[in-house]
Amino acid sequence: MTRASEGMAGKSPRRVSIDLKTLGPAIALLLLCIIGFLLNPAFISEGNLTNLLTRSAFIGIIAVGATFVITAGGIDLSVGSMAAAIAGVMIIVMDNAVETLGSGVPTVLLGCGVAIILGIGAGWVNGALTTKGKIEAFIVTLGTMGIYRSLVTYFADGGTLSLNFEVRGTYRPVYYDSFLGLPFPVWVFIAVAICGWLLLNRTAFGRYCTAIGSNEAVAKYSAINVDRVKTLTYIIQGLCVSFATIIYVPRLGSASASTGVLWELEAIAAVIIGGTVLKGGYGRIGGTILGALILTTIGNILNFTDMISNYLNGTMQGLIIIVAVFLQRSDWKLGKSKKS
Amino acid sequence: MLMRKTLGMMAVTGALAFAGSAVAQDTIKIGVSYPTPTHAWAAGMNWHAEQAEKRLEELYPDVDLILVNSPDPGAQASALEDLVSVHQIDALVVLPFESEPLTDPVLNVKKSGAWITVVDRGLSQPGIEDLYVAGNNPELGRVSAQYMKTRLKDGDNIVILRGIPTVIDNERFDAFMEEIEGAGINVLDHKHANWNRDDGFEVMQDFLSRFPDIDAVWAQDDDIAIGVVAALKQAGRDGDGMFVVGGAGMKETIKSIMDGDTLIPVDVLYPPAMIATAMDATVAAFKSNGPVAGRYILGATLITPENAANYYFPDSPF
Repeated sequence: MTRASEGMAGKSPRRVSIDLKTLGPAIALLLLCIIGFLLNPAFISEGNLTNLLTRSAFIGIIAVGATFVITAGGIDLSVGSMAAAIAGVMIIVMDNAVETLGSGVPTVLLGCGVAIILGIGAGWVNGALTTKGKIEAFIVTLGTMGIYRSLVTYFADGGTLSLNFEVRGTYRPVYYDSFLGLPFPVWVFIAVAICGWLLLNRTAFGRYCTAIGSNEAVAKYSAINVDRVKTLTYIIQGLCVSFATIIYVPRLGSASASTGVLWELEAIAAVIIGGTVLKGGYGRIGGTILGALILTTIGNILNFTDMISNYLNGTMQGLIIIVAVFLQRSDWKLGKSKKS
Repeated sequence: MLMRKTLGMMAVTGALAFAGSAVAQDTIKIGVSYPTPTHAWAAGMNWHAEQAEKRLEELYPDVDLILVNSPDPGAQASALEDLVSVHQIDALVVLPFESEPLTDPVLNVKKSGAWITVVDRGLSQPGIEDLYVAGNNPELGRVSAQYMKTRLKDGDNIVILRGIPTVIDNERFDAFMEEIEGAGINVLDHKHANWNRDDGFEVMQDFLSRFPDIDAVWAQDDDIAIGVVAALKQAGRDGDGMFVVGGAGMKETIKSIMDGDTLIPVDVLYPPAMIATAMDATVAAFKSNGPVAGRYILGATLITPENAANYYFPDSPF
């Protein structure tokens, strides 16, 4: 806690440090793109860049929510399982609605509505158990992670839930079609990012999140309704998971126990790569988005080369994540001059 | 649900035991132990095991099959102990979670005098099992490559999407590469898609961006193939005789082969129904006058529109 507040205090006199923190992830992403281009010029083809952005949307949208949770000093491990469970229920609801509502837009809207309600509900459960139940967020969300994951396995009878073929036809454009050259998922990603940025940086709620994350006791004495704000961060997280699921389902029209595996860790990694402090008290939406792009780009580049053994993919990902955070955390230039 | 069924069955056998000890003594009890289904293939196996149980118990009133699934290797070891101590099984059909940790527990069942049938994953010590029933991973790779050779000519390009880095994946991949060698077909690259649809989709998208000329895809698995097909359709590269070969025998894939799909024209069998084969053979060990002990390696049948109907189980989850 103290270190975080020191960092914040040290920032105002020295503009340079802010720039380094902001630019770190951007530089890392730029470097990755240059490497990608050098390995294979097809990397910067329009098709590949569109794929990259669209793919980043899932983790990116979830990570925007995670930025709020982490900034307020919490953690949510359940998002990947939550996405799978929501996707599963959405598919079941839509398949069952075909008979009454037909296979058109109303069915899809019903599915999306169900997803949003479930996301908010699941987020509220995580939040209430953490605040009212006074259980550590790590344990609560570890528990709900297992619950949601096994629920989707149960719904699918261990197999795969598939969306009705005609409904898929109606729903498919949500993932595959474009508006002004950008696929719809990217637009959703942009909208969520802008809303998230405004909420975190331009509202009292955002400042409350930061205050609670840096020192919960002080925030409480400053008449901030800590429980309510913290619960809200989990609800925002749940809502973000709903949005991600709504654009995920039309991609392959299916959900199974392997849907969204490890998304929680990717989302947390994106948040941290972006400069948000894992212990809370400082959050950056812009960084989170760059973090999500970096993670997707790593996977993409590894698919673009056969120089690195397939078995070492994890090593490369790990190395790049650590280097990216190192670039962004190292106050070396500034630290030396300041310490005296 | 399965648990309830098993409990119900225990109650039934209990009632039988009360009804007359002579009946109970003659009952051949066969324990069937496998991992809890958490993915589609395993769910298919669970379904086929239940079907075989129903069928065999109807056929032989004195055969009692006890299905138990376990969520991890430790639980499976305990389940095996219970099968011996509570049910006093005469035979065990086991699909081990992992080879190493289950070798000793299976050996203990063997020591109780029971017949042992091992399915799919071998134990780490040879000679424990009386019967070994398994699919054929190298054959799956070989059959896929042979089909590729019939469809492609010298200078054509293919990409390969592999599974999760494991022995199974290596066996399939190595056999494929061995068979395709010398045919003049270029394998542009191979990446792991972890036997799931999402990874199949993303890896294929990247292959499509990277290679302008791909003539066919070996996806090795039906789930990966579904992701591959979605990526091909998105990029509009599903025409010009492009085809994808998966593997396993998912019911949706087999259905579309029956319907004459050209994008996935064939499939290579690695069937979850092998558990039923193992149960049949184990019952035969008690009922047949022919010898049963040995190794029963299933063929990796090429499923074509002609024979697809034989492998189509619309009620199975896989």
